[in-house]
Amino acid sequence: MRTGERQQSPRPAAPPGIAPRAAHLLRVEGLKKHFPIRKGLLGKTVGHVFAVDGVSFAIRKGETLGLVGESGCGKSTVGRCLLRLYDPTAGRIIYDGQDIAALSPRDLTRFRTKIQMIFQDPYSSLNPRLRVKEIVGEALRVHNLAGGRSWLERVAEMMAEVGLQADHLARYPHEFSGGQRQRIGIARALAMSPELIVADEPVSALDVSIQAQVINLLDSLKEKHRLSYLIIAHDLAVVEHISDRIAVMYLGKLAELASDREIYLNPRHPYTTALLSAVPKAEAGARERRRQRQLLTGDVPSPINPPSGCRFHTRCPEVKELCARTEPPMIQVEPDHWVSCHLFS
Amino acid sequence: MAETTIELSRLEETEKEPTVLSLVLRKMWHLRLGVVGGLVILLLLVTAVFTPLLAPHDPYAQNIMKRLLPPAWMEGGERVHLLGTDHLGRDLLTRIMYGTRVSLLVGLSAVVLQVVIGVGLGLLAGFHGGRIDSVISFLVNVMMGFPFILLAMSLVAVLGPSLQNIIIALGVTGWPVFTRVARIETMKLREQEFVLAATSLAFTTGRILVKHILPNLLPSILVLATVEVARAIIRESLLSFLGLGIQPPTPSWGIMLAEGRDYMLLQWWLAAFPGLAIFLAALGINLLGDALRDLIDPHLRKS
Repeated sequence: MRTGERQQSPRPAAPPGIAPRAAHLLRVEGLKKHFPIRKGLLGKTVGHVFAVDGVSFAIRKGETLGLVGESGCGKSTVGRCLLRLYDPTAGRIIYDGQDIAALSPRDLTRFRTKIQMIFQDPYSSLNPRLRVKEIVGEALRVHNLAGGRSWLERVAEMMAEVGLQADHLARYPHEFSGGQRQRIGIARALAMSPELIVADEPVSALDVSIQAQVINLLDSLKEKHRLSYLIIAHDLAVVEHISDRIAVMYLGKLAELASDREIYLNPRHPYTTALLSAVPKAEAGARERRRQRQLLTGDVPSPINPPSGCRFHTRCPEVKELCARTEPPMIQVEPDHWVSCHLFS
Repeated sequence: MAETTIELSRLEETEKEPTVLSLVLRKMWHLRLGVVGGLVILLLLVTAVFTPLLAPHDPYAQNIMKRLLPPAWMEGGERVHLLGTDHLGRDLLTRIMYGTRVSLLVGLSAVVLQVVIGVGLGLLAGFHGGRIDSVISFLVNVMMGFPFILLAMSLVAVLGPSLQNIIIALGVTGWPVFTRVARIETMKLREQEFVLAATSLAFTTGRILVKHILPNLLPSILVLATVEVARAIIRESLLSFLGLGIQPPTPSWGIMLAEGRDYMLLQWWLAAFPGLAIFLAALGINLLGDALRDLIDPHLRKS
């Protein structure tokens, strides 16, 4: 991989940031997802939303990868592609050595139970007409993982696992608070004994006081159930605590990918720097920091018509003439620290 | 200070363990209009089932000597003919009671047929979208643009006027409203995260549609269905009125309305009482439907 350091356009087959090792649970190579915009009676395609436009990363076994970026940058789309809720336009997703696009319907069923999702909105992620035990346990019954008495035991066990009481089982979702609902969602995912959990903004709809509880819950479940996580968030502060590595996404592309420590202590991409300085800090020297705070101006450009060259050049404080013309490749600046920026090429 | 004590004691009072009876009564009070609707429907159902036992006369027995008698409480009325008689001297009350059977049967069966066709297509269109949706939506628009009466008339004309064919004609022409509602609600629900969750739990499309989407459609479908039962009853009356529905001398509210039309100016009761029956049935069903919707809503249901 080192030889590819200065390579101008890395081949999608050799995704940056990772070597094709067996320890990878999941590998994403050049993932693209474009949504057609249809107009008129005949549904003529008049354009595309380039939601995800060439993203590559990998998740190691037992690792937590944080995926951060502003809303609309395509991070949720990445998550949904991983579960094959969306079919990618291009690129490959390799799970446990298998391309998930090529799965037969039966294998797809088995695959889907291995990756589970935790959703953003605890109010829309639980069916209001099902009792909690049905929400958590339906899949167990459908896939013949547990039946009869052991079914209820397993459901109660999952409830205990996420800190809810067994006597909540017969209730309906509307009788719970947002945090409790999110726990029910986690129990539902956990019941399938997944290997990877994709958490799409798991706490952004919750009160700040509850956010930490849920994050801690996710963290404690990880060890016990030997889980790997992809945690999607728009707030760096949320993923800071539990991520091993962090990927920063901007307008359908990865801007930077590095270990948690590296991102916070040594951010390279101007976008990452800006994101970091937007996180409020309550510590000594905060005023000092604020002086050098770099706040971005303007909005994220439209993914329907993304800027040429580097996607970030319209808002970048360190923009060069080159940036508008050529797209920067992913460059390894440190071991396990990748940046897509012309400043480093 | 005194006020707080009163407040507290009142609180304690309500905290007392409620008896089952008081719970039921409270619920009924909460849904009092629904109870009224339910009683009306119950009355109609009992009438429909036990008409031969309850009716004071034979619905087909004519008596020219006693034709066009006014209701019993009016001048010239006779006590044996409580609501008077029609132009052939048949007892009006008896015929209205017999008409209940036809109306309820047609109303309920036609709507069941509409719901099965309409909601089924609506679920498919809303969930799959794309070409399936275009085809089904086009069909709905064609059906809605087509005058109901023309379609129903041609159907009955082809199939022949009988009770069963009227139900078919009403069912086949009335489903598009259900498709519209089911389609748009399904589209909204499809985007809900619990449907995505169901997909990621590897449930089949059929299971997602039936177990996760359909139950969430029920409240709107139920409300619409009650309106449609009332409408089907009226439409049956309309078809019968035009001579394409139930054939005389079988008593149906629509036929009676049609027959009463000629005498409306002087013998108003001939049209008024069948009309009142239609109105009562429609009202009762609507009230009951509203209450049922509240009952099946888990937000209002005590667990």
